Amino acid sequence: MSQDNTSRAMEEFSKGLWKENQIFVTILGMCPSLAVTNSVINGLAMGVATTVVLILSNLLISLFRNVIPNQVRITAFIIIIATLVQVIDFLLAALFPSIHKELGAFIALIVVNCIILGRAEAFAAKNPPWLSVLDGTGMGIGFTFALVVIGVIREILGNGSLFNISLFGPKFEPWVIMILPPGGFITLGFLLLGFSWYAQRKIKKSQQKEK
Amino acid sequence: MGNLVWIFVSALLINNFVLSYFLGLCSFFGVTTKIDTAIRLGAANTFVMIITALCVYALNTWILPYAPYLQMICFIVVIASAVQFVEMVIKKTSPALFKALGIYLPLITTNCAILAIALFTTNKGYGLVEGLVYAIGAGLGITLAYVLLAGIREESRLANIPKLIQGTAINMIIAGILSMAFMGFAGLFSSH
Repeated sequence: MSQDNTSRAMEEFSKGLWKENQIFVTILGMCPSLAVTNSVINGLAMGVATTVVLILSNLLISLFRNVIPNQVRITAFIIIIATLVQVIDFLLAALFPSIHKELGAFIALIVVNCIILGRAEAFAAKNPPWLSVLDGTGMGIGFTFALVVIGVIREILGNGSLFNISLFGPKFEPWVIMILPPGGFITLGFLLLGFSWYAQRKIKKSQQKEK
Repeated sequence: MGNLVWIFVSALLINNFVLSYFLGLCSFFGVTTKIDTAIRLGAANTFVMIITALCVYALNTWILPYAPYLQMICFIVVIASAVQFVEMVIKKTSPALFKALGIYLPLITTNCAILAIALFTTNKGYGLVEGLVYAIGAGLGITLAYVLLAGIREESRLANIPKLIQGTAINMIIAGILSMAFMGFAGLFSSH
């Protein structure tokens, strides 16, 4: 029984990392992922903030899942999430004012991040608290990972730096377009293209094996 | 007056919500397959934005100065009720339009562009008239972006797109190119 429990827990945790990665696979929560990833640090901060909100909201919603009447559940979820986001917003403003200023309104916009409401509705409302926390952690880490990947590409190409440390020296001509809005769309577009190429290659390989 | 024109043009073109702030992307990629639905969705969004701007002004004047920590909760509840209210009004007055809008109407609640209107007008300290002009500009800007993408997608259905890049990947790249085009508007007002 305990063997079952651990394997189930591992599965709930790991599915968010890659197999159901919310940005690359289900294409949810794109607004923050594109808007703040013009540098790695911003992407990382956004990812961590969202992960914290996601874990806490999953925990609370899962604890209250039997108390909240079914008809008003979305409203209840969104109020829980809004409260948590407000707390994170104040915390960031107090602890890391520079990052808070850089991210601006996008911290507040975590409230309407489809991933958080999506996990609440699809997972936390039906599962016990400890599984929901694992699910939130996995999804959050997957989300942060995706933001960091996009941030790394955009910062290296658009600014010639990584974590604000210059990589190529003064001779490098930065592709300014990459840290501007179009760069976000194009980076994610090409990343998705890469993933679909990888998936198709995998399917072809398994077909060849069957033959 | 010049200030109001600037706010309007800025929200409509230069800082287009979809193409330069990345707001409302879910509906942007999800439902803009036909020009017709794109126009309807944009119009519904604009309408809700105007109502939100009015409510936010009232909240900022009478409630939030006394309880700033309620900001997020107030905004989200106001938006959810506004959408519900608009839904009821449209259902009563024009059942045909209600049917045409269908599922898109309740979906507006989770459109980040609406919450962004509330937050940006607050952060920029806009008054009632400025807030309204900003909401109308942003709403029309969103409609414009939706219609543009829907038009391109309608055309691209006839094109021979490699299987690999079909779906979201090509839409992202189209959006990137559109966004590049919109960057050209940044030169419209040089003084700002």
